[in-house]
Amino acid sequence: MARHKGRGMAAINYPIGMNLGGDPSQALIHSNPDGKFTVALSAIDLGQGMKQVTRQVAAETLGVPVEDVYVDTADSDTGPHDMGSFASRGTHRMGNAVIAAAREARGVLLEAAAEELEVNAADLVTDGRGNIHVRGAPSRSITVRATAQAAQFRQGKTIAGRGIFLIPLSAVDPETGEMNPNTAFAHACLVADVEVDDETGEVTVLGMTSAYELGRALNPRMVEQQLVGGAWMGQSHVLFETPEPYYPNPDHGPRDFNEYLMPGPGDIAPYSASVLERPAPDGPFGGKGPGEMCANPVLPAVANAVFNAVGVRVDELPITPEKVLRGIRANGGARPQARRGG
Amino acid sequence: MAKVPVQFRLNGSDRAAFIDAADNLLMTLRRGLNEFAPKYGCGQGTCGVCTVLIDGEPQLSCLTLAVACEGRHVETASGMAEGPNLHPLQVAFMDNFAAQCGFCTPGMLMAARALLDRNPKPSREEVIEAIAGNICRCTGYEPIINAILAAAGAGDQKRA
Repeated sequence: MARHKGRGMAAINYPIGMNLGGDPSQALIHSNPDGKFTVALSAIDLGQGMKQVTRQVAAETLGVPVEDVYVDTADSDTGPHDMGSFASRGTHRMGNAVIAAAREARGVLLEAAAEELEVNAADLVTDGRGNIHVRGAPSRSITVRATAQAAQFRQGKTIAGRGIFLIPLSAVDPETGEMNPNTAFAHACLVADVEVDDETGEVTVLGMTSAYELGRALNPRMVEQQLVGGAWMGQSHVLFETPEPYYPNPDHGPRDFNEYLMPGPGDIAPYSASVLERPAPDGPFGGKGPGEMCANPVLPAVANAVFNAVGVRVDELPITPEKVLRGIRANGGARPQARRGG
Repeated sequence: MAKVPVQFRLNGSDRAAFIDAADNLLMTLRRGLNEFAPKYGCGQGTCGVCTVLIDGEPQLSCLTLAVACEGRHVETASGMAEGPNLHPLQVAFMDNFAAQCGFCTPGMLMAARALLDRNPKPSREEVIEAIAGNICRCTGYEPIINAILAAAGAGDQKRA
């Protein structure tokens, strides 16, 4: 009876968003009389950080401080249409819609400032700190706040912008069957080290190392947070979680958290993730976003590591001690596979 | 059924409610006293999101009869900040990105506070043990462990 170490790896391509009848997102932006901006979206932030990322994208495009932008995702009844928060599409789709809306609003903002300064709007620049001035002449300036008030109370103008980003429906070519449902792929590779006990069948993840290519990381700390949390979720999917352990037989399914097992804080493996930033041509400031792919490579990598450790190929998730032990028995004992390197 | 009165301190203020004798503390806080920091998760003591402090001890409010809290001091995450000043644990949770969707956070903060109140310099293993009854779906626990260690001034024990 022994504990066998094994190493497995997996590489994935992950499509951002989806294409079922076209994939549109809309955004609306308007300024308030205090010179701050409200972005209205109907997509919901479930904690992924979409509000923060779209706020950064709006501020960067408008040329105002990020503190002066508020993102309102309150209500899909009254907000502009959006397909929703899923398929890792938030940063890419909503981000692009916000850029379009912010560009239009910025155009009106500069027009209003030009009228106040009696200059040509094409000569105006923003300093990102709440001021608009003539290019090369910082003293010839007006604040965004004063501009918003002038537009509101003197010029009778709304500083506002509309944006939509649409990935149109990609039809299937009747001759070749080809289609192009995606515009942006993110990529990742993950190596998992495990230990498998051939007496109990228990799999312990000793550590994981990964590299992710996800366009520009618009908020690096939030990307890191998603990668760390997603790795745990992948570990949970591959070794613990299932609503139907004997699918398609529904018996013995978990009914509560005593029976629906997940790794706790004492079960997490050391994890190191590297982020490679290659700005995507059609992404907002090059961003594609991590999202669901944070969990995906963990599953095949751990399955491969189990095979490497004891020679058992488990092809139904989760990889429970029972499945590992049945596999070892069928093979007539543990069969550690050859390993190259450390 | 006739209601019964219950009176206890909630985050330093005396509060009273008329409740059913069988009501648990969680429902009394949320429905009777508009105190929404403790969340309703599983309702059977296995997820930890309803964790509160009762006389300084972390307790699952969904499994605690409200009448058993008569005259005691109940503390929730809402009572952690002093005016505009956040509790060091709250600051550490923000700095370490220890919340994503936020649903487990009030319970995690209570479990962490109970730990630091009795053990200001916990080891990594002691932190893990203290939050072992609290489920988090988003963070992978690592940022939460790091935040609690950071609040305890033991940042060198951080791992990821």
